[in-house]
Amino acid sequence: MLRFALRRLALMVPVLVGLSILLFAWVRALPGDPARALLGQRATPEGIARVNEVYGFNEPIVQQYLKYVQALLGGDFGRSIKTGQPVLDSFVEKFPGTVELGVTALLLAVVIGVPMGYYAARHQGRFLDTFIVSGSLLGVVTPVFFLAILLKLVFANWLDLLPTSLRQDPRIDATHITNFYVLDGLLTREYDAAWDALVHLVLPSVALATIPLAIIVRITRAAVAEVLNEDYVRTAESKGLAGHVVSRRHVLRNALLPVVTTIGLQAGLLLSGAVLTETVFAWNGIGKFLFEAIGQRDYPVLQGYILFIAIIYALINLVVDMAYGVIDPRVRVS
Amino acid sequence: MTIPLPPSGAGTDPLLTTADDAPGVSLWRAAWRRLRRNPTAIVGAVIVAAFILVALLAPLLTPYEPGSARWSGQVTPTSVPGPSPEHLLGLDRFGSDLFTQLVYGARQSLVYGVVATAIGLTAGTALGTLAGGAASVGGRIGGWVDNAVMRLVDIMLSVPSLLLAVSIAAVLGQNPYAVMIAIGVAQVPIFARLLRGSMLSQGRSDYVLAAEALGLRKRRIVMGHVLPNSLGPTVVQATLNLAVAIIEVAALSFLGLGQPDPAVAEWGRMLVAAQDRFEAAPQLALLPGGAIAITALGFTLFGEALREALDPRSRR
Repeated sequence: MLRFALRRLALMVPVLVGLSILLFAWVRALPGDPARALLGQRATPEGIARVNEVYGFNEPIVQQYLKYVQALLGGDFGRSIKTGQPVLDSFVEKFPGTVELGVTALLLAVVIGVPMGYYAARHQGRFLDTFIVSGSLLGVVTPVFFLAILLKLVFANWLDLLPTSLRQDPRIDATHITNFYVLDGLLTREYDAAWDALVHLVLPSVALATIPLAIIVRITRAAVAEVLNEDYVRTAESKGLAGHVVSRRHVLRNALLPVVTTIGLQAGLLLSGAVLTETVFAWNGIGKFLFEAIGQRDYPVLQGYILFIAIIYALINLVVDMAYGVIDPRVRVS
Repeated sequence: MTIPLPPSGAGTDPLLTTADDAPGVSLWRAAWRRLRRNPTAIVGAVIVAAFILVALLAPLLTPYEPGSARWSGQVTPTSVPGPSPEHLLGLDRFGSDLFTQLVYGARQSLVYGVVATAIGLTAGTALGTLAGGAASVGGRIGGWVDNAVMRLVDIMLSVPSLLLAVSIAAVLGQNPYAVMIAIGVAQVPIFARLLRGSMLSQGRSDYVLAAEALGLRKRRIVMGHVLPNSLGPTVVQATLNLAVAIIEVAALSFLGLGQPDPAVAEWGRMLVAAQDRFEAAPQLALLPGGAIAITALGFTLFGEALREALDPRSRR
């Protein structure tokens, strides 16, 4: 397993090197000279000279790239044009918000989606199955940001039940250690702060969960339906095993393989969806940060963001592949 | 925002496995027959056809121009006029006719979705053919080409598709082509990988062996037999990707990277504008959002039915 992980990590290297070259070329590809593009409308001759100095735009291009990589390896993802803050610092500060939101959404999707898919497969063609299948189709085609707006309208504006922006009520003077607000509240025993953070999580995480939920339902249903047709399930049933033993040991265990892969694939969807969801709900995570960077054409932030996301994305996929090995012994052997 | 759609159920629909697949009927013709009898396909096709008709006939459906804001005097911060005899669905937030905006919005979605998907399909098919063909022909050069292309694809896949589109659109700046190119390019790796995979699996078929035994040249087998037989999944994916592209066009608008011209009606931007008149006029958000969802639903249903119809497993 360790060797497998190391090999996969080694395979990440060429991809990340390629991506870094593209990202480097990317800021180069901006129209006009890079210093002017970076400064935008605030470009003054002195400003351009300073940016050229700081970013080394006067040096040969290969040397510039090497410098860029050297900086990256040292953890320097560049600085925001707008605030001058190191990009990596902003990520470290805001990433917990996105993780809190994404993990909650994924948990919702899995906890609701797997049983629903399983139920639908077991009762194919019945009313509830049709209902679940149509519902999941609707979930797939509804844009995340549209759903987010709808939830906001219904639960906040009309029913006035749930908060629609921020991660916590700013009037609560909560202590933050980890920047995972719910966890912080529990750790510091400020239970009202934890509760408030949890309430703030409800609408954004539901919005973000819908597409993964719909996909998980569909995959689970398809996988269970396929396994139910297998000979070994019939054998297990005909030798008189109790229904729940067959379900758990034969059906679910085999059907879960594609489901786990799917759950891993949702990471990309969650990271993209987070940009939209966080924007609608003013959720302070890296998605909203990206949105603001787009608005201000803050290229170093965009550049750093893409690389950061690629690394996170690759690591998540690595973990998923390893989980696959744990569940499916055949993967371990080959 | 790539939405991988798994086949629902396990190809067990009895409607699709009836006996019309007489020997000698080509795969595409048999698929067409199955498609015509599949209710899902028909619902999807009707939605898609309605969408295309509305987009094409927009000027005939409404007497007004899009984005005119002619009645902006009637819109106040607390109220947006609702349906009236002159305005079927009322006005939008800027004082244009809402129905006109919706109808012309379909035009934008169609053009953007189709052009973006065409870019992705063309470039992706070219890359996929290159890689799959090179791998099938084999040899040191073939392997090398295949490897080079697939590493490029890996790099593109290392960033989630919507974020890839966002970063490309951000470099290209705000113009209509930027959106199409960005979403199209973000689709390239999906098509490339799919086509290469299906070419490799076709390469192991008996008919390829037979062609080899007949002494056909490898390049001719790959281009003349393997490639045409591998295109099915790519066509299905293109249909499904139209749905994704239409949603992503709206998403880019939502993020402020879309069509910059305010006179052009666009569903995503209508949603953005609706947000601050929410309570007064929820229809401003519901209608464009619903339009996006229904259109995406049409392409998705049709694409899935097409996949089922083309699946050789449903042809017994």
